[in-house]
Amino acid sequence: MTSQTKPDDKSAATTKAPEMLSGAAMVIRALADEGVEYLYGYPGGAVLHIYDALFQQNKVKHVLVRHEQAATHMADAYARASGKAGVVLVTSGPGATNAVTGIATAYMDSIPMVVLTGQVMSHLIGDDAFQETDMLGISRPICKHNMSVRRPEDIPYLIKKAFHIAQTGRPGPVVLDIPKDMTMPNQKFPYQYPAEINLRSYQPKQQGHAGQIKKAVTALLAAKKPVLYAGGGVIMGQAAEELTELAQLLNLPVTNTLMGLGAYPAGDKQFIGMLGMHGSYEANQSMHHADLILAVGARFDDRVTNNTKKFCPDATIIHIDIDPASISKTVNAHIPIVGLVKPVLTDMLAVLKQKKKKLDSAALQSWWQQIAQWRAVHGGRYDNAAPLLKPQYVIEQVAKITKGDAYVCSDVGQHQMFAAQYYPFNKPNRWINSGGLGTMGFGLPAAMGVKLNYPDADVVCVTGEGSIQMNIQELSTCKQYGLGVKIINLNNGYLGMVKQWQDMNYESRYASSYMDSLPDFVKLAEAYGHVGIRVTKPEELQPALERAFALKDQLVFLDIHVDPKEHVYPMQVPGGAMNEMFLSKTERT
Amino acid sequence: MRHIISVLLENESGALARLVGLFAQRGYNIDSLNVAPTDDPTLSRLTLVTHGNDQVIEQISKQLHKLIEVVKVSDISEAAHIERELMLVKVKANGNQREEVKRCADIFRGQIIDVTPTTYTIQLVGTGDKLDAFIQALGATPILEVVRSGASGIARGEKTLAL
Repeated sequence: MTSQTKPDDKSAATTKAPEMLSGAAMVIRALADEGVEYLYGYPGGAVLHIYDALFQQNKVKHVLVRHEQAATHMADAYARASGKAGVVLVTSGPGATNAVTGIATAYMDSIPMVVLTGQVMSHLIGDDAFQETDMLGISRPICKHNMSVRRPEDIPYLIKKAFHIAQTGRPGPVVLDIPKDMTMPNQKFPYQYPAEINLRSYQPKQQGHAGQIKKAVTALLAAKKPVLYAGGGVIMGQAAEELTELAQLLNLPVTNTLMGLGAYPAGDKQFIGMLGMHGSYEANQSMHHADLILAVGARFDDRVTNNTKKFCPDATIIHIDIDPASISKTVNAHIPIVGLVKPVLTDMLAVLKQKKKKLDSAALQSWWQQIAQWRAVHGGRYDNAAPLLKPQYVIEQVAKITKGDAYVCSDVGQHQMFAAQYYPFNKPNRWINSGGLGTMGFGLPAAMGVKLNYPDADVVCVTGEGSIQMNIQELSTCKQYGLGVKIINLNNGYLGMVKQWQDMNYESRYASSYMDSLPDFVKLAEAYGHVGIRVTKPEELQPALERAFALKDQLVFLDIHVDPKEHVYPMQVPGGAMNEMFLSKTERT
Repeated sequence: MRHIISVLLENESGALARLVGLFAQRGYNIDSLNVAPTDDPTLSRLTLVTHGNDQVIEQISKQLHKLIEVVKVSDISEAAHIERELMLVKVKANGNQREEVKRCADIFRGQIIDVTPTTYTIQLVGTGDKLDAFIQALGATPILEVVRSGASGIARGEKTLAL
């Protein structure tokens, strides 16, 4: 099994002689021809020829991080905000293994990314050479595809192929391993960047099946208690507009997953909140009692369904997804539709408009009344009376000062859930978080990736004192590139989510969840050349936020001391149905 | 239930590792696996025997499809098909045992393909059940070595798994 698919030689036929480039120069030129503006990376022995080629041009700009993991998260967040693949360049061995967490993060959330990893010289592969690791083997289970360069002349084709695979179908990261001898500066080969790629073994579907779409519309129109459940596929599939049109045409209640926040505007009356483990009471109740669930670009993840055996017992499930393997994987779909979310929703809208029918209005009316009653039960309440600052309140104030229009890049833990619950996302691509893998350390590099590409936007990193320390070194990168990210560090001195579980399940035995010896974050920010502000009292919050957001181009580290006892609610009861929840420390359904 | 899944795979470096890795990662079983290039050297044909309930088999098929190098997948055990496995068995064959082993091989339409004064190597082709039965039938004959290819399969009639 050794032969390699070769570029189509016929396509190379042109009138003028192709330019001769080294493998290293081809890597950079191909990225430029792909329209890549920023490359996130870290140099090392195996990629020095590529870095030298990078130095000798000015189309592709390089961002030097302080740890390779940050490069992957920057590229990933750029992809989440823009819809286009982010690109990473790291060296072999430790450079590549440091990128692994970031690749896995992107893979779990279906984020397009191209990761170029250096490799030792071809003749040394397998010899346990200096800085050699089998990156193809390591990355195989955590990327959509990986490939290695066997001949320098294949580089343009392989880079095009990497982008093609990363950005089509169900998106995902693609790793291209490049042995150093493929990039020798003095060996030149004809360069031509392929216009397109056609792979016989990879032909992702675009349109949904017309018959299935008609069937889905018929089922939808017959529903009395429908819920539209929309996930990250709507965001990455750029279908928020179509989704909103469909929901509003039929007056459907809409819930978004953690990955789907912003797919439907949170400020709209038809939005019933996020669903799942820390979903709203009304969203989880509506799902449980629904007679029809229209799942769009969502994958019935275990953090959504809770116990699948008790999941939505009365619902007919229509499932639209680009990945057939996501359909009926955990929950059986009655009407599956495989296709890209955007064309499928467009087709559904066309069928609906042609039929000119709506749902039974009396039934829908009483369903909305029921939902209104559920809304009144919890409604995102929290106790704001204590002398300490509440994390929920902080998020609400951040939303206020940014007019709900910031890019919010989150780390992982309680603060992530508070941000998801209390920041109203009215646009897609504004909520950037590691949903599937739950990668602590994601937030700061993610915010950097967004800020670099959207310098005029407000970019907030919502984090905690645990997560921020996992990539704190990137404060240095922020200084180098002038990235004016606003860091909202919800500092409670504990690994909050771990502590919450220990409170709930381990009689408050805080095994290793207390963070002792925390740095002085204000001094730390200042040491890196940024502005640090500490907030310990509720009355200090407003002026601190005002000052932070007024400093447009400066990174401001807001170290906000919040109530360490706060828990995230609602919270589904483990092993229960969708609608079995704890509503506070003392109430459960 | 036992299923025989046939896969057409790009004959590329790493493709087989990816496919086998998928089974390990997702906790699917591989009872046997048989792979070689086809008449078209850019393609490999793979026959994989696995077991699981309908949901598991559906997932296996879908997950295989997702691999970039997989061109086609078919569960050939869903319809009429032919399944064959090759077995090579080396047995101790001394004295009157030699006649007994020869007779047994003939009954199963096996061939003795290597002979030494003390051993026979028998080649046998058939379904897995037939090969199992032959081993049983050898009875007291000491078996020195068994090599089985794992099943390869093909659909009956005009149905094909090809480009």
